[in-house]
Amino acid sequence: MEKFLPIVALSLEVSLSATLLASIAGISAAALLALSRFPGRGLLVVAANALLGLPPVVVGLAMYLLLSHEGPLGALGLLFTPAAMVLAQAILATPIVAALAHRVMEARWAEYGRAFEASGASRLHALPHLLAMSLRPLTTAVLAGFGRTISEVGAVLIVGGNIAFHTRTMTTTIVLETSRGNLELALSLGLVLIGISVTVSSVVLLLGGEQGR
Amino acid sequence: MKHFFLALVLLCAAAPAKAESILLASTTSVDNSGLLARILPIFTQKTGIEVKVLAQGTGQALATAAHGDADLVLVHDPEAEAKFIAAGHGILRREIAWNDFIFVGPKADPAGIAGGNDAVAALRTVAERKAPFVSRGDSSGTDALEKRLWKVAGIDPTGRDWYRDIGGGMGAALNAAAAMEAITLSDRGTWLSFTNRRDLVVLVQGDPRLLNRYDVIQMNPTLHPNIKAGPARQLAEWLAGPEGQAAIGAYTLSGEQLFHPDADNPHP
Repeated sequence: MEKFLPIVALSLEVSLSATLLASIAGISAAALLALSRFPGRGLLVVAANALLGLPPVVVGLAMYLLLSHEGPLGALGLLFTPAAMVLAQAILATPIVAALAHRVMEARWAEYGRAFEASGASRLHALPHLLAMSLRPLTTAVLAGFGRTISEVGAVLIVGGNIAFHTRTMTTTIVLETSRGNLELALSLGLVLIGISVTVSSVVLLLGGEQGR
Repeated sequence: MKHFFLALVLLCAAAPAKAESILLASTTSVDNSGLLARILPIFTQKTGIEVKVLAQGTGQALATAAHGDADLVLVHDPEAEAKFIAAGHGILRREIAWNDFIFVGPKADPAGIAGGNDAVAALRTVAERKAPFVSRGDSSGTDALEKRLWKVAGIDPTGRDWYRDIGGGMGAALNAAAAMEAITLSDRGTWLSFTNRRDLVVLVQGDPRLLNRYDVIQMNPTLHPNIKAGPARQLAEWLAGPEGQAAIGAYTLSGEQLFHPDADNPHP
């Protein structure tokens, strides 16, 4: 089983990095959409929600064409590297974090926005307080993004290539072992994946202030 | 411009072997069967060149390489390879190993083809009896051979209800054939290393048309200046040379040899 440790490590590395990127991008976008008014804002909110169902295989394919040596970003040499996998998964998870975070921040702002303004705080100053008040639902938004990335296989298979010791993750290993006819091994790995996913989510929930409630 | 490319190639060749890594786009059978995992470390130990294996079907592997995204290809579809070379993507093809294709199917043998050694006659019988048949349908080397054999048999099975095009790899096709009690064409390497056989057994083998040859093709550095031509050539030469050939011939699974080095060549 120890030969799977690097695979587990890479899976976590890729999906956690992607979740981090998606959280930064998604929560920033959500704050902007919740606290400010500008033309096209409504359209962006609709877009974030509409992209919740972004198909991983299509994102993978688009990234592949972008990162291929013949593509516009080919010179970066990112195709078939973990960095490409992180990018693809971050793109998949960002609308999820953005849509869920926007929903909660908009509601909080509707509730407390006037109070903040009355106290003379600028929107920029109000933001940290608003984020602190929304910590628990924001944690859920981030976990939804993590759930998308850790379980995803379509995009990482295309842009990563499932290369042993290099871009092979838990999900692509499960696909590979299934194709080798090693169904029991594939299922055991699947159970390990579920265990890891549940563990990470639980730890984040506890850190996010869920304890004692 | 030509000099620039030449300089680049020389630079690649002259670069120290250490910490060098190349990407080999390979057909799935040589990887899934465990062959590459066994023999490539020997090459890496000798040269310091790390080989990353991108296991895809032959069609996809050649497409990846044609985009300039792989340094060397290892595939098994002579017709597609010839096209790849004619299009200028590849420059040198070396045969490194061979084995054979086999028809596998349920032990109960619904088509009555067991024990035969004529691939085309077997397909005609399958069509007559409307026995369930699983096709890869993924433009892999195996898929291409299967399509050629149907053509020789004068039958177009597309869309027939007993003909199931699963659009998947060899392992997926074997899983499907095992579950549907269907017949399918498999390379022997994947078959021997496949563990979910259920009722499947070898039904037809020994037709010269079922020969399966594996070739490495070096990329054209003029058309694809970004590839690591030097170390890729080293790997191609090692695979075709005495050490690589011995390593390929020495690979067995439960006593059976999966791939024959080109040296024991039974065909012209």
